[in-house]
Amino acid sequence: MKLEIRALSLRLEQFTLELNVDLQNARTGIFGPSGAGKTSLLESIAGLRKPETARIRLDDCLFEDTEQDYSLPVRLRKIGYVPQDDSLFPHLSVRRNLLYGTDGQSKQNTFSFDHVISFLKIGALLDRDVRSLSRGENQRIVIARALLSAPRLLLLDEPLTALDAGLKETILEQLRSLHDEFGIPMLYVTHDPAEAIESCEEVLMLESGKITARGHPGELLG
Amino acid sequence: MWLTPAEWQIIGFTLAVCTLSTLVILPFGLAVAWPLARYRWPGKLLVETLVTLPLVLPPVATGMLLLKLFSRRGELGQFLHNQLGIDVVFTWRAVVVAAAVMSFPLLVRSARVGFQSVNQRFEHIARTLGAGDARVFLTVTLPLALRGIVAGVVLAFARAVGEFGATIVVAGNIPGRTTTLSLEIFETVQLGHDTSAYRLLIVSVIIAFGAVWLSEALMKKSALR
Repeated sequence: MKLEIRALSLRLEQFTLELNVDLQNARTGIFGPSGAGKTSLLESIAGLRKPETARIRLDDCLFEDTEQDYSLPVRLRKIGYVPQDDSLFPHLSVRRNLLYGTDGQSKQNTFSFDHVISFLKIGALLDRDVRSLSRGENQRIVIARALLSAPRLLLLDEPLTALDAGLKETILEQLRSLHDEFGIPMLYVTHDPAEAIESCEEVLMLESGKITARGHPGELLG
Repeated sequence: MWLTPAEWQIIGFTLAVCTLSTLVILPFGLAVAWPLARYRWPGKLLVETLVTLPLVLPPVATGMLLLKLFSRRGELGQFLHNQLGIDVVFTWRAVVVAAAVMSFPLLVRSARVGFQSVNQRFEHIARTLGAGDARVFLTVTLPLALRGIVAGVVLAFARAVGEFGATIVVAGNIPGRTTTLSLEIFETVQLGHDTSAYRLLIVSVIIAFGAVWLSEALMKKSALR
């Protein structure tokens, strides 16, 4: 995976998010305090926010090039986005949430419904009402839904916030093996040093919209 | 309660034209409510004002405007008569038009609240899952706004049932052809037929109460979500 983010400039309330970075690791953490611009960065990559300037490319697929006035529509970027807040469609069942991004066709490869369900151990939740799920169950369904859409890149925005320690460890374990199992790189936003150390190969420190350090999570945050 | 065959006919006619007028304004109401709820655009204030106008204008004045527009010498009436052979004024169509115009603002206002209550995060997620604009609207926005829309439909229907001023100007009160519940109550009171008036009054109250109650219940649920 090679994610190029060049000359990204996005005006936020308190500061301007400015980035110029190439990311090549399968599990990259974006670490920083609340309000550092982490979510805005993910949203810019996903196409949910329009930066003033940017050239964003994932491998051979150009997402954004403001110089050429080009922006690939969100639906064509094939980004698996797991936001911080609840994002399961409240009017759909767990099963229909999971199938939303699959075009109704069962994939035969690693992204098959059965494989994703068994990997995340959510088989028992399929017939549950979305509103009856616990926070941990909810997040695993959101991750599964993103995986089932066969994304090129997973963007995880503080997916373990408000989970208890035991559940965090279980899901972190699943996230660590996610790349080996599905071959999808991920950007993992967190403000918890332990999460970054456990789940990422590399970490970028973001403060007030700028990268202040970059390196191995154990060395930077340990 | 014993209703006469003529009263049953009036109730049936009223419910039929009000249902039709509500169905007619539904797609237009959604088409107006959606951009009002979501976007800023030049002329938005003008559209908001025009949409609200029938709520504040005297109904008789609205009826006069409709009469001018739909009479055979009016711009629209002339076109409909010459091109399609359709007359509107003093027919059941005029009853539908009057009900539609008078109830349109209520539908738009409720549907707008419904659209505004939809958390756009769900629409963003749907897009990241590969959904285009139409699919997002049909499978996420519309179902999540449904309570507000249904509440608007119910309110619009109730308003149509109660419509009087515009209807009597543009459709008249022709027994068996354009007489609605409201017009008949007025007529029976004028003629001193109080028993019939009270029977129809009770029917009106039942319809209006049921509709408003349903609307309020749906709006409350929509706001709580």
